[in-house]
Amino acid sequence: MAEANTQAVVQPATFAFDAESEAKIAYFVAKYPEGKQASAVLPLLDLAQRQMGRTTGSAWVPVAAMDEIGRILGMPPIRVYEVATFYLMFNTAPVGKFHLQVCTTTPCWLRGSDEVVHACRKATGIKGWKETSEDGLFSMTEVECLGACVNAPILQVNDDFYEDMDAARTTALLEALKRGEIPPVGSTIGRQTSAPEGGPTTLTSLSFEKTE
Amino acid sequence: MVKVTVDGIDVDVPPRSNVLQACEAAGKEIPRFCYHERLSVAGNCRMCLVEIEKAPPKPFASCAYPVNEGMVVHTDTPMVKKARRGVMEFLLINHPLDCPICDQGGECDLQDQAMGYGGDSSRYDESKRAVKDKDLGPLVKTVMTRCIHCTRCIRFSTEIAGVSEMGATARGEGMEVGTYVQKALSSELSGNLIDICPVGALTSKPYAFVARPWELKKTDSVDVLDAVGTNIRVDSRGPEVLRILPRLNEDVNEEWLADKGRFSVDGLKRRRLDSCWVKRDGKLVKATWEEAFTAIDGKLKGLAGDRIGAIAGDLADAESMLALKDLMGALGSSNLDCRQDGAVYDASRREFYTFNTSIAGIEEADAILIVGSNPRIEAPLINARIRKRFLAGGVRIGLIGAAADLTYPVEHIGTTPAALSDPAVAEVLKAAKKPMLILGAGALARADGAALLAECWKLAAASSMLTTDWHGFNVLQLAASRVAGLDLGFLPGKGGKGLAGMLGGGVDLLWLLGADEFDTAKIGASTFVVYQGHHGDKGAARADVILPGAAYTEKNGTYVNTEGRAQRGQLAIYPPGDAREDWKILRAVSGWIGKHLPYDDLAGVRARLEAVNPVFARVDILPRFGGNETAAPQGGALGDAAFVPAIANYYQTDPVSRASPTMAECTAAHAPALAAAAE
Repeated sequence: MAEANTQAVVQPATFAFDAESEAKIAYFVAKYPEGKQASAVLPLLDLAQRQMGRTTGSAWVPVAAMDEIGRILGMPPIRVYEVATFYLMFNTAPVGKFHLQVCTTTPCWLRGSDEVVHACRKATGIKGWKETSEDGLFSMTEVECLGACVNAPILQVNDDFYEDMDAARTTALLEALKRGEIPPVGSTIGRQTSAPEGGPTTLTSLSFEKTE
Repeated sequence: MVKVTVDGIDVDVPPRSNVLQACEAAGKEIPRFCYHERLSVAGNCRMCLVEIEKAPPKPFASCAYPVNEGMVVHTDTPMVKKARRGVMEFLLINHPLDCPICDQGGECDLQDQAMGYGGDSSRYDESKRAVKDKDLGPLVKTVMTRCIHCTRCIRFSTEIAGVSEMGATARGEGMEVGTYVQKALSSELSGNLIDICPVGALTSKPYAFVARPWELKKTDSVDVLDAVGTNIRVDSRGPEVLRILPRLNEDVNEEWLADKGRFSVDGLKRRRLDSCWVKRDGKLVKATWEEAFTAIDGKLKGLAGDRIGAIAGDLADAESMLALKDLMGALGSSNLDCRQDGAVYDASRREFYTFNTSIAGIEEADAILIVGSNPRIEAPLINARIRKRFLAGGVRIGLIGAAADLTYPVEHIGTTPAALSDPAVAEVLKAAKKPMLILGAGALARADGAALLAECWKLAAASSMLTTDWHGFNVLQLAASRVAGLDLGFLPGKGGKGLAGMLGGGVDLLWLLGADEFDTAKIGASTFVVYQGHHGDKGAARADVILPGAAYTEKNGTYVNTEGRAQRGQLAIYPPGDAREDWKILRAVSGWIGKHLPYDDLAGVRARLEAVNPVFARVDILPRFGGNETAAPQGGALGDAAFVPAIANYYQTDPVSRASPTMAECTAAHAPALAAAAE
């Protein structure tokens, strides 16, 4: 699977960290004792992915970047490949500007994640998972539990969670993204973080105001 | 020692052993896939489950569980059997049932253990997973759908071979073993992946679909394509050698075999000399033995002894070198040489030309200085031992010579002999308790070879390399025949000519015993060349008479490896066509020309070998010895030229590997790396 990707994907021949990333590399590498620099592989992979997103509009980690990380941290490239392919948060193939990560694990599925998936497909024209829309704006990935079941279903766009989704709100969100707007993250039905829908249902008689 | 009871049998095992080792000590068979004695413990196949009393009531992976005093282990309770059957069922979920078309069939751990420990059917009727095959180069064929993720290959390449190129990418159902980026493995030990793979995921590419293991005749032998003397098993069917596998010998090769020794096997069938050839009117024509012998006899008639010479090649066995030496002696010639590379040896003492520490002894060294050698190319298995020593920790390794990646970090001291007098080197060697020095045979072939030998010996004598129980001075030979040749005294006798003297018309009749590794163009135009050997290589191209000999798999031969360990290879198949065992050819020639050699059978030759040098009587055994005498060999002035690699292309160094299509493929596959190394 992973191997097939490296062949199908057009890999850039070289990769170099820019000044912004370099400053952070020093910060991360310094966190670990001498001789244990390989521990910084995860933050460096993240830096590489973010730099790619910043510079090319597609946040992914090419093989050249993994090789560069291996060189910086003094570890064989294959050890970097292993880490990068293990964590699904690292994209080893190019993705769209907005990476739509739809949670379809049981709680989200029970709360209607299928609707969200359909709405995404309809709005973006993407047919299957791991595909990118023709305009290059969107990619869709099926992800396992995002840990926000209380506000299921969840649609993660790049780093941010959009919660309490349904078909209509999904479509509206994607249309807004297409227009270049970034709608506020969090619950799309206006609930406060993970509080009950429509306001508190318990402890309503208690006042947390400071009393004399 | 720790006392452990396994199925009612009390055994004492060393502390820090694991339960699996304790079970083996008790003679119990524990099934396993991922566990391998020479690799780190992964504990991921779960096949070695056992039950342990007074421990949590669950099966334990015995390979990853340490023993405790008084531990009571059960290996055949219903719980253990059920657990193993369950593990086997899971392992087989994604394993294809393609045993009939799998090369591992018949020697497959999974097949055997499924029979022994598995259930009779699978309850899994979903689709099986399929995995794309990887390209690991011309030697290792992959069928990755068969992989059970034991990670032995990953651990072997990382730990033993020292090339971290294999890994497990992705995870869960998507996990795949491979290199991620498609590339040929850059290791000289990659063939061992085939042996350690417990299933048919990694098999031999050249041997694909050739034979089944039960069809093969297995003959114990010794590898001659380098000077390590790797113990091998030659698998043959009918008149063909089909494959070569390593044989266990802890003192020499452990259980590994270098790629050249393993995969040159197809070279044994190509470019073979299978009949006599005699040059008539400037052209070689096929001839009978009588015609060939008559031609030689005609040339020898009236020729003075000092106009006859002989050169022994790098693959020659001791028996044939002895017969050739005796024949030359009978002809009154002392023009002998076994040093095709022109190397300078001091043959007065054996320790000046052997690997005295012994290969197993490397594991005791605490400082290693490598001079003018690249052991990774020249003797991959000795390099693997040095790496093993490096992994154990507490060793400093220095290199004087061309910089190279030896799979372990080295302190590169210099590229010229001048680095030998670096005070830092002497300091490190002096501080070490068991220092050793490895001098490459390539360095001895330099103009200042004798001086290098003397300098290195002096360096050894000045540190604690030469003590009563430790000998740290080593010469790493390149040719399998060299030590035996020196032991036999296959060197110019009194007033005799060496290699250089015999070339350029120095002799009128030159007998080449498989000698192909020198510049045959330098042989004088009027010199009559007899080539006795098995491959139509450079020597045969220059010959006036060709006598077809036997390759190492086709004769009972004695070889002495770089350590000075005499070992015997056995005849696996008969030589092709008219070809004969080499000492028999020489014996027949001696009879034809009326100078009968005094032996008619193998026992007779070997008795004569032992009479010439008692080392040939001590087969396989090599006691450790110290360096008691510190007197240095004859030296000279050191040159200031940089050391150059002795071997340019690992895969093609001798007539057998040059005739091998597989080795040619390897050469092509590694061409960019070779070009980079040459720069």
